[in-house]
Amino acid sequence: MKRTILTLATALLALSVATGAGAKTLRMAYDADPVSLDPHEQLSGATLQLSHMVFDPLVRWTQDLDFEGRIAKSWERLDETTMRFHLREGVKFHSGNALTAEDVKWTFQRLKRSPDFKGIFQKFERMEIIDEHTIDIHTDGPFPLVLHNATYIFPMDKDFYTGTDSKGRDKSELKKHGDTFASQNASGTGPFIITSREQGVRIEFDRFDDYWDERSPGNVQKIVFTPIKEAPTRVAALLSGDVDFIAPVPPTDLERVRNNDDTKLVTMTGTRVITFQMNQNRVDAFKNRKVRQAIVHAVNNEGIVEKIMKGFGTPAAQFSPEGYLGHNPDLKPRYDLAKAKQLMKEAGYEDGFSISMMAPNNRYVNDFKIAEAVAAMLAKINIDVDLKTMPKAQYWPEFDERAADMMMIGWHSDTEDSANFYEFLAMTPNPDTGRGQYNSGNYSNEKVDELTEQSLVETDPEKRAEILQRIERIIYEDAGFVPLHWQDLAWASAKGVHIEDVVNVMNFPYLGDLVID
Amino acid sequence: MYTLAFLIRRFGQAIIVMLVISFVGFSIQDNLGDPLRELVGQSVSEAEREALRDKLGLNDPFLVQYGRFLAGAVQGDFGTSYFFKRPALDVILDKFPATFELVICASLIIIGLSIPLGVYCAIRPRAWPARTIMAVSTIGISVPVFLTAIFGIWIFSVELGWLPSFGRGETVELPWGWDTGLLTRDGLAHMILPAISLSSILLPMFIRLVRGEMLEVLRSEYVRFAWAKGLSAQRVWFLHALKNTLMPVITLGGVQIGILIAYTILTETVFQWPGMGFLFLEAINRVDTPLIIAYIIVVGAIFVIVNTLVDVIYTFINPTVKIPGAAA
Repeated sequence: MKRTILTLATALLALSVATGAGAKTLRMAYDADPVSLDPHEQLSGATLQLSHMVFDPLVRWTQDLDFEGRIAKSWERLDETTMRFHLREGVKFHSGNALTAEDVKWTFQRLKRSPDFKGIFQKFERMEIIDEHTIDIHTDGPFPLVLHNATYIFPMDKDFYTGTDSKGRDKSELKKHGDTFASQNASGTGPFIITSREQGVRIEFDRFDDYWDERSPGNVQKIVFTPIKEAPTRVAALLSGDVDFIAPVPPTDLERVRNNDDTKLVTMTGTRVITFQMNQNRVDAFKNRKVRQAIVHAVNNEGIVEKIMKGFGTPAAQFSPEGYLGHNPDLKPRYDLAKAKQLMKEAGYEDGFSISMMAPNNRYVNDFKIAEAVAAMLAKINIDVDLKTMPKAQYWPEFDERAADMMMIGWHSDTEDSANFYEFLAMTPNPDTGRGQYNSGNYSNEKVDELTEQSLVETDPEKRAEILQRIERIIYEDAGFVPLHWQDLAWASAKGVHIEDVVNVMNFPYLGDLVID
Repeated sequence: MYTLAFLIRRFGQAIIVMLVISFVGFSIQDNLGDPLRELVGQSVSEAEREALRDKLGLNDPFLVQYGRFLAGAVQGDFGTSYFFKRPALDVILDKFPATFELVICASLIIIGLSIPLGVYCAIRPRAWPARTIMAVSTIGISVPVFLTAIFGIWIFSVELGWLPSFGRGETVELPWGWDTGLLTRDGLAHMILPAISLSSILLPMFIRLVRGEMLEVLRSEYVRFAWAKGLSAQRVWFLHALKNTLMPVITLGGVQIGILIAYTILTETVFQWPGMGFLFLEAINRVDTPLIIAYIIVVGAIFVIVNTLVDVIYTFINPTVKIPGAAA
């Protein structure tokens, strides 16, 4: 009898050690849940957040925007067009299969078929398997962003996704908004396994027992993820203790969360820049550099950040946020109403003119209020603005048609690299190459085009930084667009949940490493 | 027999109503925005998007799309939700129990409170509790539901910590696939705030309605007769007067259930209640057209069914009433 009790006690002790004395449950709430479990279906924040929980990338960004090896333990550049990656050994998928170079190659080929992701991998010509744990990536010409893009390669379990499922569908099938095997099932190498999922209601995760990263300090054993769309409800759920971690936190509630005894707030300067574009095809005056400069000088973006954003943003004078290679520290916001009036006078538009303006009202933080403020500011240099704001679903088709003289757009660089801004927002629009796809202002400067192309083949980081910063300077002097601010990011959690160690500007928290006291 | 003919006629009318609703729903979809934007990332090229649009049939002329929709709809296929990747009707019916239970609970609160309170206010119109009830109900009628809901969350979840702030809590699956939140303590706790918020829209109105009707009835001849006959006050009030008070309340109640369903959109959104209303608002934000149209049609069907039921019930309660058009 005594013996039995002893054995039982030992077993219990062993159990409590095995599950970790600190095995914790994290209840979290975001504003939305991912569309699909297929990491290649949609290029969006929600998909990437999920990918970092269920899968692991070859390399990932650190908080200071450096690279950290994950599935790839090391890498080296063999020549201008080849990068070699050494894969970690002993990595297991959730299905129990071991990860090999085959899985990585299979994943890469699938990415090349994904409508959303293939753009990123356009320059990646092929992947070559050297041995079971070594791969080479060959690029089409010299390409500086191999590591940047490798953060998007989340190896999928080839064997798991091969064959046909019970409904006779090909398991590897990749279909947008389609009912596919991969959209409902997942096997990755990540720290968490999905145990149940009711779309739009909740997802539950359990920690993967065979997770390769044994050095990870994370002690979260179970995650209950609930999307809560309404910001006040999300904040209330945190304050009332119904959840432990929320994002995003609306600017109106920042103080409340910060001052509450049981919760804490973590903010960071984000990388999404909010801008206005001035359409030179629609308004002749916008062809005049002085007019564009006058507009930039008339917009008090520091005031907007302070008053409308309540400090929840960083005033911008360029595309690249700090930490990006192209960030040019010499460029400062330049609000100066007197100078703006002077410039209008010099350009011969002292009496001003009328323009139309459009902005979304549910896409960016305070988007329509910002647009209203900008319109009011332009009135001071006699530019009469007819402003129209609308929900994003209706806004984007208008944007595609370039339906107004000034249009708002926010941009986050998918590659976390400056050149992405210029490619999409500053280069001369060209339907054949896809350059300037979101440049509704039709701003065009040959030098910018040329330098951007150059930056996309320059593999030396120092030379690249020089080129990119030169581009920022040219656009700044041209007043190619109206820079407003970089939107800050905010997360909030209960005290004792150490989110500050795992969040980052990309806004995909590395929850595998999260520690809860 | 008459009832049967009536039901058949109603069914025919319902189909016409559905057709009109679906046509209107379909014709506004172009103004909802481009579903592709929500489906693809920002850097997907225009050519790529165009190809997808073609594949989804979004480039076809309006009538072709509508025809395709009708052909599917008669077979019960309302299209596939872009977001859920499942048949739109299935998605909505999955969420139906949550909304249904919320509406039922709110209705019970409304019925359970409005009748006693309304009757009391009519019997003792000058007493101070009656005056207080009337004053509060005036305020209640003018406060929007999301404000009531947010106040409720703030006081009972954040400040007092008595009730959960969002969601449906623990649910139990009944044998026929119905997920109920009414059988667990946790589920009931989650029900309280949303149900009260939702009921707050109609409760003041119903108190006033019951009171007004009751006052009217109390002044009528037959009640005076009853008094004169020397019946007890209880009998006069609760048997003779109340019965006739409830007639218009039932009629109006049937119509108003529709309004409750409409207001679930707001209530469910604030409470992250996983029902049809919340789903609908999300679908609009995502331009998930098949889901939007399926929702409109399902809710349209509920309206028609509820109104038909009310008419039928009416004939049982008051046999002197003839269903319009049902007489041979």
